Amino acid sequence: MSSTSVRTDDAPRRRPGLLTRMIESRNGLGFLFMLPAGIFLLFFLTYPLGLGVWLGFTDTKIGRSGIFVGLENYRWLFDDPVFWLAVFNTLFYTVFASVAKFALGLWLAMLLNRHLPFKNFFRAIILLPWVVPTVLSAMAFWWIFDSQFSIISWVLMRIGLIDQPINFLGDPWNARWSVIAANIWRGIPFVAISLLAGLQTIPQSLNEAAAIDGATPWQRFTKVTLPLLTPIIAVVMTFSVLFTFTDFQLIYVLTRGGPVNATHLMATLSFQRAIPGGQLGEGAAIAVAMIPFLLAAILFSFFGLQRRKWQQGND
Amino acid sequence: MTIDRRTLLKGSAAMAAAGALIGPFGASRAAAQAAAPAAPGAAPAAAMFTPEEGATLRLLRWVPFVKGEEEAWNANTKAFTDATGVQVTIDQESWEDVRPKAAVAANVGSGPDMVMSWFDDPFQYPDKLVEVTDLCTALGEAHGGWYEGLAAYGQQDGKWISTPLCAIGNAVCYRDSHVKAAGFNEFPTDTDGFLALCTALKEKGTPAGFPHGKAVGDGNNYAHWLLWSHGGMTVNEAGEVAINSPETLAAIDYAKKLYATFIPGTESWLDINNNRAFLAGEVSLTANGVSLYYAAMKDPAMKAIADDIRTTNLPVGPVGKPVELHQTSTISIFSHCKYPNAAKAYLEFMYRSENMNRWLEAASAYCCQALKEFAANPVWTSNPIHAPYAKASESLRVNGYAGPLGPASAGAMADYVLVDMFAEAVTGQRTPEEAIANAERRLQRYYR
Repeated sequence: MSSTSVRTDDAPRRRPGLLTRMIESRNGLGFLFMLPAGIFLLFFLTYPLGLGVWLGFTDTKIGRSGIFVGLENYRWLFDDPVFWLAVFNTLFYTVFASVAKFALGLWLAMLLNRHLPFKNFFRAIILLPWVVPTVLSAMAFWWIFDSQFSIISWVLMRIGLIDQPINFLGDPWNARWSVIAANIWRGIPFVAISLLAGLQTIPQSLNEAAAIDGATPWQRFTKVTLPLLTPIIAVVMTFSVLFTFTDFQLIYVLTRGGPVNATHLMATLSFQRAIPGGQLGEGAAIAVAMIPFLLAAILFSFFGLQRRKWQQGND
Repeated sequence: MTIDRRTLLKGSAAMAAAGALIGPFGASRAAAQAAAPAAPGAAPAAAMFTPEEGATLRLLRWVPFVKGEEEAWNANTKAFTDATGVQVTIDQESWEDVRPKAAVAANVGSGPDMVMSWFDDPFQYPDKLVEVTDLCTALGEAHGGWYEGLAAYGQQDGKWISTPLCAIGNAVCYRDSHVKAAGFNEFPTDTDGFLALCTALKEKGTPAGFPHGKAVGDGNNYAHWLLWSHGGMTVNEAGEVAINSPETLAAIDYAKKLYATFIPGTESWLDINNNRAFLAGEVSLTANGVSLYYAAMKDPAMKAIADDIRTTNLPVGPVGKPVELHQTSTISIFSHCKYPNAAKAYLEFMYRSENMNRWLEAASAYCCQALKEFAANPVWTSNPIHAPYAKASESLRVNGYAGPLGPASAGAMADYVLVDMFAEAVTGQRTPEEAIANAERRLQRYYR
């Protein structure tokens, strides 16, 4: 048997407003809270990215809107040796600088994790290269690598090891290694301080237990420290690789991509063609061509470095 | 920046008094001038441009390189405001940022009313500019005519789209004592003699140096001189790529020989490196604006170098006449400007003989006149160092010669196509033929 409730009051029940219903609803409230961030991401991330991808399919020039040209920009870039040189330079730069920053950063983090005198002072001072604006440090390196006034050449000439200045930024390979060295100098603090934070989260007791069980320092490092540090390494190195891959300021100040494009990265080439060159479509296509590499780096770090088994030291 | 009293006070008293000297910008006076025959130095047909009621203007200009030039420009602007009541705001952008800013302003139809920009910028958005044929024709008639090269930077299809302002001259700067010590009492005027001089300088341990790196100004000036002086060209009159020629090959061959005499490291040189090396006494010969001389002059420690500096024009090659790129600046009025007459009146005022002469003089030979009358400006004879810079407007050849100006010529220069071609060949990274083929391919992309 069913029962029907009868409303006794005469006033019709008012349906709550949309806002009230959203606030009362769990999903609605969540949506409201996410809305500002969503709008922010939509306008400042999705829209520019989408626009960039679209521009890559057009022949837009600065000052005039273009027409859709399909893959024409990409076809041209595919046959452009300067573009492929920039791809090679970018990969070379990223791989060598990132590996060196990781190795030296980890080493530095391990040192700073020990009980050193003036520990806090060293930890603070180590951040300096990271804190100094890139353009300023790049200017300093510009002088250090100057073809006539390099302090390195000057010292080596003074002690009689060389008889003429080293052509740091004039020779293609010297230039590549020089910009990598500058990037490493600048990037180490970020890696070191982040890894130091990770190291400090590892309970001392684990190391002590391993030591009691007879593990050597190397074994403690490879079997205890490194596996526990892997999640931090994954995040830090993802950021480090992304920063390095998209580096612009250092190259722009030091060489502008020279000598003869030997240090042109994809970011600097994209800028050169898009802004001073006015070929927005082609510049955008070069920038879009960076995305697969960046995605690959992110996927590698998340799926490659964050595997649980490795973290547990079984891999 | 707005031209206010404080800004003005920074200028010299003479400049500040400019407004008083020039007198009112009244219609009656302007009409009187218009009626009189156009004598050199007279203000042309000012009555044509009566500023609109309540007009205000905004000019976007490149950050000045010479303080005196900025002061004189601002003082002239202040005088214009005093005479007409038209407030002019001047915004400055670093010289490389003017191009994108102006292009965006043209595209979106707002922002500055006028832009002082570089090279072929007006040709990137000619349909977004106010036609200034009336103004430029009047200015040309009143001031002895435009220099051919500079006029080309203002005209498209017979219409004036921009008002040429000046050329930033480029000239050889050298150490007199070193050139004499190398056995040259006279500076050679042809490319063969120049090569012999550079060879001798190297043998004496006082080498020359020209940038083969990505130096926007100096690198492009040098590369264009190399090509043009040997009769080469990037494209022909029809805009067809014509870089692959025996003349280009000859230019590269010459560049290789010259490069062999340079101080090591010029492949990495950006715009500032040649100044630095010259002022430190590391190189004895390079090409630069007059700023190099003034940098030495201002530093008492460099007195010996300053006294030893001489300047001359780049030598003439097989083509038989001086041909150089130089930097060029023009002023364009955007069609979104609400007060085009005020803008034209402003430009007309700035080009009046007394104002333009004051500005050129204050620029200390950094800016070379666009109108022939101003070749008589005392700045060119006040110091022998200035003399070669006076010829900049005469030897100037437009970017992308012999083709049309536009996005293609601008893009090819910004992408360092010629700079790279010479650098690839002189450093041995590619054979001359390969370097030319690569440049040809890149040019074809721009001129498609």
